Amino acid sequence: MQFGIFTVSDLTQDPTTGRTPTEAERIKAVLAIAQKAEEVGLDVFALGEHHNPPFFSSSPTTTLAHIAARTSTLQLSTATTLITTNDPVKIAEDYAMLQHLADGRVDLMMGRGNTGPVYPWFGQDIRNGIELAVENYALLRRLWTEDVVDWQGKYRTPLQGFTSTPRPLDGVPPFVWHGSIRSPQIAEQAAYYGDGFFHNHIFWPPEHTQRMVEFYRRRYEHYGHGSADQAIVGLGGQVFMRRNSQDALAEFRPYFDNAPVYGHGPSLEDFSSQTPLTVGSPQQVIERTLGFRDYVGDYQRQLFLIDHAGLPLKTVLEQLDLLGEEVVPVLRREFAALKPTHVPDAPTHASRVAAAGGAKDATVHAGADDVTGQAREEIEVR
Amino acid sequence: MSTRSGSTRTLAVVSAGLSTPSSTRLLADRLTAAAVAALADRGITATVEVVELRERARDLADNLLTGFADEPLQAAVDTVVGADAVIAVTPIFSASYSGLFKTFFDVLDTDALVGTPVLMGATAGTARHSLALEHALRPLFAYLRATVVPTAVFAASEDWGGADQGGRGLADRVTRAAGELADLVAGRPPAAPVDPFADPTTSFEDLLRGTGGRPST
Repeated sequence: MQFGIFTVSDLTQDPTTGRTPTEAERIKAVLAIAQKAEEVGLDVFALGEHHNPPFFSSSPTTTLAHIAARTSTLQLSTATTLITTNDPVKIAEDYAMLQHLADGRVDLMMGRGNTGPVYPWFGQDIRNGIELAVENYALLRRLWTEDVVDWQGKYRTPLQGFTSTPRPLDGVPPFVWHGSIRSPQIAEQAAYYGDGFFHNHIFWPPEHTQRMVEFYRRRYEHYGHGSADQAIVGLGGQVFMRRNSQDALAEFRPYFDNAPVYGHGPSLEDFSSQTPLTVGSPQQVIERTLGFRDYVGDYQRQLFLIDHAGLPLKTVLEQLDLLGEEVVPVLRREFAALKPTHVPDAPTHASRVAAAGGAKDATVHAGADDVTGQAREEIEVR
Repeated sequence: MSTRSGSTRTLAVVSAGLSTPSSTRLLADRLTAAAVAALADRGITATVEVVELRERARDLADNLLTGFADEPLQAAVDTVVGADAVIAVTPIFSASYSGLFKTFFDVLDTDALVGTPVLMGATAGTARHSLALEHALRPLFAYLRATVVPTAVFAASEDWGGADQGGRGLADRVTRAAGELADLVAGRPPAAPVDPFADPTTSFEDLLRGTGGRPST
C-alpha cells in the first residue's frame, strides 16, 4: 500500500500570528514538504491545480519536475488535474514529459474542478463538467496510446495527423486515478477504463466515500477488469498529531476554527466525528486510518492532507516526522497483514511496464530533416 | 374522488416557527389535520412526519459552511425529499419567508422536490403580509419545480379569533387547500426513492459518444 500526502497549495493566513505567507514562501515550503515526505519514507506526493488566488499551483508539472529532480523514490501525482478546463493535448504532452524527467515516477488524478469562474476563464461551461471530463479523457488516452491521432469532438478543435510528444516513457502512459466526491458518472468512468478511483475523503462524512467506492468496485467488476475487491482505490484523509492528544487539539483548534473550508461552522469535535478528520495522538491516527478499510475494503493508496489552513512549515515538517516515524510504518505492517494476496498493489510505472511485456521505446521518428523540419519527400520533390 | 383505497402516503410537514409554541406550527398542524382528513376521504392513510426547523438551525448554518448535512439534518432532509407531499409553513419576516425556512430549501438538491405536491402556509402579525406567499414562496417552489396547490393559506394574528366569514375564513381556506393537496396526492403513484448509485441506465459508451443515451440524430 502507498502512503503519502496531498496539498491544495493554498496561501492561508496563520490565525495564530495573523501572517499570510507570500507566494515565494509558500512555493518553497511545498518543495521542502515534498522532499521531507521522501526523507521520512512516504511514497507519494500529490499536488493540486488551481487558477485563482489564494492558490499558487497553476503549473503543476513545473513544480513536480523540480521535485522529481530533487528526489529519487517519491511517486509524484496530482490532486487533481483539471480534465475539464485543460486542453487534453497539453495534459498529454506535459505529463508525458514529466514522466520522462521523473523516470516514470508519475501518475495523475483527474478531477473536474468546482470553481465556477475557472470554466469560462478557460473557455468552458461548468454545466458541461461531466461531458468535458468524458470527452477530454477519451482523447487524452488516445494521444498516449496511438502515435498518430485523427480526432473530432465537441469541445476542442479537431486533430488531423497529430502526434503528441514526447511519447510515453517505455511506451506505457502514466497510471490515472479519477477523483470525485459524489458524481457516480466519474466512478463509472474510472471503472469503465479500469483506472483507479480516489475519494478525497476529507470534509465529508464517510458514508459518501463508502457509496462511491462501492459503486466503483461493482462497476469495475462489471467491465471485466477483475473482481470488485481488486479495483484500485485511493483515499484522502486529514490529520493533526501531537504525542499527547490534548496538545494536538489545543494547537490545531485555531487553525480549524478559521479554516477556509469549514471554519466558523461546526466544532472541531463535531467535525471530527462527522468526517474522517483526526486530531490527536499518532496512535489515534493509526486506529482511525485502519478503520477506513472497514467501509472501503482493502485499498491501495492513502494520502493525508497536513499543510492547509495556514499551518506553518515547521509544524508541517513535524507532522511528517510523526507520520514517517510512528504512523506509516505501523499502517504499512497492519494493512499488509490484512490484505488478501489476490488484491493488487497500486500500479507503478515498473508494474505497468512489466504488464505490457517489457519496456519499448515509443519514439515517433518523423523522417524529417532535423535542421529544416522538412520531410524527405518534400526535399526530393524539388 | 380517487379509488386508491387502502393505500398509504407520507406527508412531511416543514415548520419554520421560532417560538414554542408558535402560530406557524399551529397553522401547520391545522393544515396537516385537514390534509390527513382529506386523504382519508380519498381512501388514503397518511403518515405524518414533522420537521421543526428551529431544532435544525445550527445544523443548517453548519451545512451552509461545510457543504454537507449532519446526521439530524440529513434525517430531516430525507424525510422531506422522500415524502409524497409537503406542507411548508413559515413566518413572514421583512416581507418574505424567514431565513431559516429558505436555508432549509437552499440545502436541498435542486431537483429534490421535482413534481412533489406542496401546500404552502404562512403566518404574520398582520394580513398586510399575506401576498408574500404569492410573491416569495410560490416562486421558490416554482424554481424547485414542485407542484404547488392553488390555495396558499395565510394566517394573521386576527385570523385565530376570526369567526366564519361566509366561507372565506381561515378554516375554510385550510379545508380547501387540504382538499387540493389530497387530490394531487391521490392522483399520483407513491413516491419512489431514486438511488444515484444504481447501475446506470445510460451506458458509458453512450456518454462517450455524447448522446447521453438519447438516439443520435
